[in-house]
Amino acid sequence: MTKSEMAEKLAEKINVRKQQAEDIINIFSGSIIEALAKGDKVEIRGFGSFRVRDRAEKQGRNPKTGEKVHVPAKKVPFFKTGKDFRESVDGSETESSSDNS
Amino acid sequence: MTKIDIINRIAERTGLPKQDAETAIETIISLIKGTLAKDEQVILRRFGSFQTRTKNPRMGRNPKTGEEAEISARTVVRFKAGKHFKQAVNGELPISEVIE
Repeated sequence: MTKSEMAEKLAEKINVRKQQAEDIINIFSGSIIEALAKGDKVEIRGFGSFRVRDRAEKQGRNPKTGEKVHVPAKKVPFFKTGKDFRESVDGSETESSSDNS
Repeated sequence: MTKIDIINRIAERTGLPKQDAETAIETIISLIKGTLAKDEQVILRRFGSFQTRTKNPRMGRNPKTGEEAEISARTVVRFKAGKHFKQAVNGELPISEVIE
C-alpha cells in the first residue's frame, strides 16, 4: 500500500477530499519524525512506539572492494511493535501453517 | 508524544473536529495493521515502510532460569525508516523540512 492508496481509503472513511487525507497522513508521519528529531519518543497504544536508538561507531567494509571503512556513531529511528499489532501479524501466519503443534 | 498530541495537531492544522482527527488516526493505524496482516507492505514516502518478516525457529535461553528453549517460527513487523527520517534524527535535516 502506498501513501496515495492509503489517502484514498482514508478520504472515503472520513469523508474528505483525497488531498486533505494525504495532508493528514503527512501530519501523522511528520509529527513522529519531529518528536524523534527532538529526542522525544512517540507511543501509540495498540500500534507501537517510535524511539531513537544510538548506534556506536564501527569498522565497516565496503562490500564491493572489501576495503575497511570507518562508520561513525549515529542515531537511527526504531519502531517497537505493540502487542496488538504483533499478534495480528503473527496470528495470520499460524492460521495458514498447519505444521505447528 | 502520544496519540492525543497527534490528534490535536491534525485538528489544528486541518480545521477538522477532533472526533474526525481521531477517526483519521485510527483509520491510518488499522490500514497499516490490516495490510501487514495480509503480508503486504506499506510504503509511506518521506517516512518509511512497514513490512513483515518471517523468523526461523531458533534456540534461545530463558534469561531467568538459564534453561534452553526453542523459540518458535514467527512473523514480525519491521519498520524501515526512510532517508528523510534518518537524516532528521541525526540533525542533518531542518525540522521545517519535515513538517511541510
